[in-house]
Amino acid sequence: MKIHEYQAKVLLREFGVPVPDGDVADTPARAREIAQRLGGRVVVKAQVHAGGRGKAGGIKLADDAAGAEGAARQILGMRLTTPQTPPEGILVRSVWVEQASAIERELYLSMTLDRARSTHVVMASQAGGMEIEEVAARTPEKIVREWTHPALGLGDFQARRLAFGLGLQGDAFKQGVSLIRNLFRLYLARDCSLVEINPLVVTRDGRVLALDAKLNFDDNALYRHQEIVALRDIHEEDPLDVEASKHGLNYIKLDGNVACMVNGAGLAMATMDIVKLAGGEPANFLDVGGGASPEQIENAFRILSSDPAVKAIFINVFGGILRVDRLAEGVIAAVRKLGLTLPVVLRAEGTNVEQGKKMLADSGLPLIMADDMGDGARRAVELANRGSAS
Amino acid sequence: MSVIVGKATRVVVQGITGKEGAFHAARCKEYGTQVVGGVTPGKGATTHEGFPVWNTVEEAVKAEGADCALIFVPPPAAADAIMESAAAGVPLIVCITEGIPVADMVRAKHYLGSTPSRLIGPNCPGVITPGEAKIGIMPGHIHKRGPVGVVSRSGTLTYEVVGQLSARGVGQTSCVGIGGDPVNGTSFIDVLRLFNDDPETRAIMMIGEIGGTAEEDAAAFIAAHVRKPVVAFICGQTAPPGRRMGHAGAIIAGGKGTAAEKMKALAAAGATLVRSPADMGATVAQVLGR
Repeated sequence: MKIHEYQAKVLLREFGVPVPDGDVADTPARAREIAQRLGGRVVVKAQVHAGGRGKAGGIKLADDAAGAEGAARQILGMRLTTPQTPPEGILVRSVWVEQASAIERELYLSMTLDRARSTHVVMASQAGGMEIEEVAARTPEKIVREWTHPALGLGDFQARRLAFGLGLQGDAFKQGVSLIRNLFRLYLARDCSLVEINPLVVTRDGRVLALDAKLNFDDNALYRHQEIVALRDIHEEDPLDVEASKHGLNYIKLDGNVACMVNGAGLAMATMDIVKLAGGEPANFLDVGGGASPEQIENAFRILSSDPAVKAIFINVFGGILRVDRLAEGVIAAVRKLGLTLPVVLRAEGTNVEQGKKMLADSGLPLIMADDMGDGARRAVELANRGSAS
Repeated sequence: MSVIVGKATRVVVQGITGKEGAFHAARCKEYGTQVVGGVTPGKGATTHEGFPVWNTVEEAVKAEGADCALIFVPPPAAADAIMESAAAGVPLIVCITEGIPVADMVRAKHYLGSTPSRLIGPNCPGVITPGEAKIGIMPGHIHKRGPVGVVSRSGTLTYEVVGQLSARGVGQTSCVGIGGDPVNGTSFIDVLRLFNDDPETRAIMMIGEIGGTAEEDAAAFIAAHVRKPVVAFICGQTAPPGRRMGHAGAIIAGGKGTAAEKMKALAAAGATLVRSPADMGATVAQVLGR
């Protein structure tokens, strides 16, 4: 799960990680009030779950409260388009207004899981403000890494090595060590999957501050962090994704016209791949899971049909825990209730397949039965293309 | 021969009084697996659907000589259940549970490192040696004994390849699901080594997916050590970057972990790459000269 920068900065503050003074506004008037309280120059930043905001015009500097109001008026309500947003952009609903910092140096700091070592890694670099992937590709020696102990966490000596690696000295060094330790405490305490501070800055008056903050959380651990769940902004997610997650379905909307309904994540990805190989484009990733109930199948069917881009539905199920007869029950119920306006190609194998196929045949519904995955994909793509052409 | 599990394996099911645990304990037993009973803390000295229940894994080990734990415990307690079995000296732990927090698995894996126990999973279908033992949630009837070792990060995609193989009369020595999580126990390399050393296994089918570098590591191992033909399929060739495709581990992050990179590494290591998931079984059959 992702949260906004302003929410991240509140969490950072709570854990003793210094951030510039600021507040969140959803109207230009409120932005003016905040700027007035802060005094002096302020930065007005669009709050959306995407990077690259500055280049897209989502971050503006203002000299005073009136300037902040003007900047907020321009940014609020705009559809921000960056390389990380969908092509139509994301509507900006709020801005973060903070004291402008006089920057001496821009640094980089992040924490995440290192899968290869099965533990957490803290990365620091003096090349702040840049894409870290770019730094890693061009000048890997500029990134300092410390792998934390799986049980003991981050040692003080490791925090010091990172701070030295950032080239911090004197009082800034002390601030840096404390900031790194506190940030890792936050990372662990809230089950983050990623904490990225880019840039981390040293100001001209010698303070070390997190100027930006990106926090992602481990979805599997959200059950023990209701305070984080409360920060979820469903406006940032595709409405169909949100609807699917309500029904316990794993759905990701994509750009194609062949909808896929599959059990199991691996088979679902493989189904997208085979649709593409057959010359089509998948409209989504959808894993209905191992123990899908007929109700879940029905909901899945409804979500797939409500995407206007979809021209055909390909159901590909290998019944293990999910029995084919239960799948058939769900599909029949869904089609009876919602009507069948799109061609549906069904391929099913595995547990209780004969029973399931008989139920589908007896239902009299015009479903197209495929022999195997390849055959199903070919037929679904052909029907989708015919549907798009007409 | 076969790998990891066989007729002699004695299984204790952790979380046996849960719906999933009870259902699959019965299916495993039906298949012929020696399921000696289960563990649910607080329900010791009772029986559940014919299986004896103990409070702790240690009791199950003492009473029945259990040497394999099959875990269906819900995610908040699953990492602890893994450590309990390791502490009780259970040599093989198969964890089916999906959705364990990453930080919990980091600690559990570290703990396992101080014990001789092997962990399969989590978030996996388990292990099966056709005709001998099924320790997991896979549909037993699609399997057939034969010369192919199967190792995979995915569950249903493994059933798919097994279905394709068995339909062609090509059987399997063992099928091992290593799971779709970013931190897991047994790796591709561990299983490749076992299949390479197993005289009955004549070819290896490996199914990987996007995310991480486990497939690249496996490729390096194949190039250096594996003397048997390896057929590989990587799913997620069409997955967009930055989106988690169901499995917690299946995400292309920072431009790394793409299917293209993994396929390239495996092809360079001498593996036969399958482009379409519909051709997995046929390709293995071809490699075996059938």
